[in-house]
Amino acid sequence: MPKITYKDVRGNSKTIEVDNGLTVMEGAIQNDVSGIDADCGGSMACATCHVYVEEKWLDKIPKAEEGEIDMVDMAFEPKKNSRLSCQIIVTDELNGLIVTTPEKQS
Amino acid sequence: MNKTDVIIIGAGPVGLFAVHQLGIKGLKAVVIDNLDKAGGQCIELYPDKPIYDIPAIPECTGKELTNRLLEQIKPFKTKFYLNERVEEVKSKDDNWIVKTSNKNEFIAPNIIIAGGVGSFEPRKLSTQNTEKFEGKSIFYSVKSKEEFKNKNICVFGGGDSALDWTLELSKYSKITLIHRRDNFRGAPHTLNEIKKLQKDGKISIKTPFQLDRIEGDKKITAIIIKDDNGKKEKIPADIVLSFFGLVMKLGPIAEWGLNMDKKTITVNPNNFETNKKGIFAAGDICSYPGKLKLILSGFHEVALASVECFKRARPNEKYRFEFTTSSKTIQDRLGKK
Repeated sequence: MPKITYKDVRGNSKTIEVDNGLTVMEGAIQNDVSGIDADCGGSMACATCHVYVEEKWLDKIPKAEEGEIDMVDMAFEPKKNSRLSCQIIVTDELNGLIVTTPEKQS
Repeated sequence: MNKTDVIIIGAGPVGLFAVHQLGIKGLKAVVIDNLDKAGGQCIELYPDKPIYDIPAIPECTGKELTNRLLEQIKPFKTKFYLNERVEEVKSKDDNWIVKTSNKNEFIAPNIIIAGGVGSFEPRKLSTQNTEKFEGKSIFYSVKSKEEFKNKNICVFGGGDSALDWTLELSKYSKITLIHRRDNFRGAPHTLNEIKKLQKDGKISIKTPFQLDRIEGDKKITAIIIKDDNGKKEKIPADIVLSFFGLVMKLGPIAEWGLNMDKKTITVNPNNFETNKKGIFAAGDICSYPGKLKLILSGFHEVALASVECFKRARPNEKYRFEFTTSSKTIQDRLGKK
């Protein structure tokens, strides 16, 4: 199972095995990773599952669609490497992915 | 004080269908919601997105679903209290008293909390000092245009609200529109007008920039914005208007003494009652073993809760289960002759 690492801005880190096909958001919610709220439940409508994706992984994740980019505008302190974790689907290629949760989600 | 049978908190699809299930049983309800319209997440987050899992409706948008539910509950002439948040819930004998942010008071033997993930509130700026300027120099909505005349106004955001208010307020104020990327999301017509105003020097657009810092003591005097590379720029400003959409906050619900599991209220799945007699929770906000956050689950939940509400509101009457297809009483209540 691919391993996904969730870091927070304080330097805490949690690595979790997430099933292929689940999203990075679901991996966090199902394993009580703090820092991801996912208020809308993954319908790309709330920007509270916002994460920063470590640079080297950015190209390995399918590009964000327009709706996601629009939602990221609403997120807390978005950066160039900002993504919504509900839109990142876990695959073997993403084994080792590192994402950092922002200071807060809303 | 308004007396009713059931106080419904939340005007989303589940709160609306609760009106129906109570109404056909002859119970009166009021609906309270912090948004300015009914529909909850359906209307606020995805009015135009299709939903495919409403039974017998192969496809409908959030807005269509809301309108159909409103149509379905029309016969019950239910009173809606919108733009109001429930602040306080306390018990009085076998009843509950609810107070709202607009100082309305209700008393009823039953409350159904169909509050989704909480009430919608504007997403606030996270920069230091913003709180002390809120309502004086920093605004998240425009209530009266008078306050926004002949000022230096910085508008943050890239969506419809930011664009529409930039257009409107540029008629009487100097506007700087600031957005974190070069693309704006708006109707083509609006985008064209914005471009034209910029070309004519009527407004200034700063992209890709975000707010870095606010200057000023009692009032804002200037703001500092920065781009992704750290390049900073200072802009004189009297007012900051920020449009970063809405967030959902659980708010006071967490303080009503209900058993909670993270941000949800735990219920008995037989009648969706919480640990407090006469307070029910349904829809996304409730949790029980196997809970699915689907609209259709919420419909089921309020149907069952409404039976228990009947027993509490009409203790001297016997509850009789009836079908809408055959019950003359229900058909009368629906206005069918």
